[in-house]
Amino acid sequence: MAEPIAQADRFSTGFVLPALSLAHREIIRFLRQRSRVIGALATPILIWIFMGSGMGRSFAVPDAEGEAGYLRYAFTGTIALIVLFTSIFSSISIIEDRNEGFLQAVLVSPAWRSSIAAGKVLGASFLAFLQAAIFIAIAPLVGVSLTIGSFLQTLGVLGLVALGMSGLGFVTAYRVSSIQGYHSIMNLLLFPMWLLSGALFPMAGASTWIKVVMLANPLTYGVAALRHTLASGGSAADPSMPSLPVALAVTALFAVGMMIAATWTAARPD
Amino acid sequence: MQPAVETKSLVHRYGERLALNELDLTVSAGQIFALLGPNGGGKTTLFKILATLLRPTDGQARVMGFDVRESPHDVRRRIGVMFQSPSVDKKLTVAENLRHHGHLYGLSGRTLTDRTAEVLATIGLEDRAAERVEKLSGGLMRRVEIAKSLMHRPQVLLLDEPSVGLDPRARLTLRDQLEELRQSFGVTCLLTTHLMEEAETCDMVGIIDEGVLVACGTPSDLRNSIDGDVVTVTSNKAPALRDDIRSRFGADAQLLGDTLRIEHKRGHELATQLADAFGDDLLTVTVGRPTLNDVFVKRTGHHLDGIAGDSDG
Repeated sequence: MAEPIAQADRFSTGFVLPALSLAHREIIRFLRQRSRVIGALATPILIWIFMGSGMGRSFAVPDAEGEAGYLRYAFTGTIALIVLFTSIFSSISIIEDRNEGFLQAVLVSPAWRSSIAAGKVLGASFLAFLQAAIFIAIAPLVGVSLTIGSFLQTLGVLGLVALGMSGLGFVTAYRVSSIQGYHSIMNLLLFPMWLLSGALFPMAGASTWIKVVMLANPLTYGVAALRHTLASGGSAADPSMPSLPVALAVTALFAVGMMIAATWTAARPD
Repeated sequence: MQPAVETKSLVHRYGERLALNELDLTVSAGQIFALLGPNGGGKTTLFKILATLLRPTDGQARVMGFDVRESPHDVRRRIGVMFQSPSVDKKLTVAENLRHHGHLYGLSGRTLTDRTAEVLATIGLEDRAAERVEKLSGGLMRRVEIAKSLMHRPQVLLLDEPSVGLDPRARLTLRDQLEELRQSFGVTCLLTTHLMEEAETCDMVGIIDEGVLVACGTPSDLRNSIDGDVVTVTSNKAPALRDDIRSRFGADAQLLGDTLRIEHKRGHELATQLADAFGDDLLTVTVGRPTLNDVFVKRTGHHLDGIAGDSDG
């Protein structure tokens, strides 16, 4: 054939274009599955209300007053939950793509393999980011005061946490062959990550070994950064919580590290 | 002219199992070539190697002159691949699928828009462009698959069992479309199949079994490699019958389960004689011109569907 053959060997055509296209696909797919949209928005709100109202009277949170106090405390934890679950659920699509033929078609194209990771992680992060941002917008209704400044800062932190979690989701899902198998990884690794991130209870009151686990948990820093920027619950009264600079630095490092790991995972030959 | 696909002493192992055993294959440019073989015979392994999804253990495989191991990138830019499992995204529309696929090949802007329209026209899907793929029939979905693989104007189209799951009419349409691609764009098509009817319609057939190319040629050449007719006899006493036929008629029969295959110059005469001689022991006697299945049985000693025969056939 005399026609020139498709070029996909430059950074712009071999990496950026395929990555953006794959990310765009993730978003379209999400929006076209109504059950996913409803589940993604309604579940965390319900969990937050149940958690806040149910546990509010039983657990005293430093610097918080009764039920409203725990609702506020759990607000940040719920944001972390949204980001974690959305990122993780999006990663499941990589297993579907592999089991169907979609991923194979990408693998036989000249697009760089790292663009697969970038596209998936960007798409998943964007969805997690968007949902969490919508949830945060209701903050004033529950007594979490938000200025434009703190809202923007929170969005920035949110973006970093979403990138890190989506990257982690990609790395754990890429080599798993079945969705069932992935669920067990999720329950074993990802759910405890959320439980022990300061999302549910402050580090100050925990026993020493739990505290150590919490300090080793990267999500702890994401949650801490969110608490700082939202000024919601316990920043003054929980001396164990990482400071904002530390929390931001670890969250950013984790995001970068996970992006590299995801890229490396996809680029490795099968 | 440089062959579109060429393998030399190609070997692939999955652990202990030898999937491809020193396979030599040449597909000339512009051919529609069928790789015919039973499931597990090695054709999907070969397909994956040519599609750059699997690195061969040893030997050489080249597509349009590029080695799949040394320059997979150059190979990828020249091949269109159609997998057995659908690679279209059912949640996207036909046009979205094509545009997305174009992006993977570095197409964008005006080029992408023009190419999408062109491919939709080639494959006759213009009026379905805005429909979600999940709403299409199986046959149409397969057409979207082909449309996708044409977006970057490949020189070689690799198709893995393209007619699985298609009704006979959709199969014919698919075959016509491959012919059209060859005519208009000079695309070489290499398809795998375990259906001899599908292989019959191709220019060339390579029969692959246990990782070896056991025969290769045009369907008529392959059929003509069998002398005369093929008489097929089924019987509950097939093994004993084989010896009797040999001693009384001097004809060698190949035993496959409860079936005997006999190649004979004057098949209908032998069939009558067999019916007269062993009438009560025979379940069926058929006479026919040789088919690709007969070629396969003759060269491998077993049926395409994997029923093993004895080894002295």
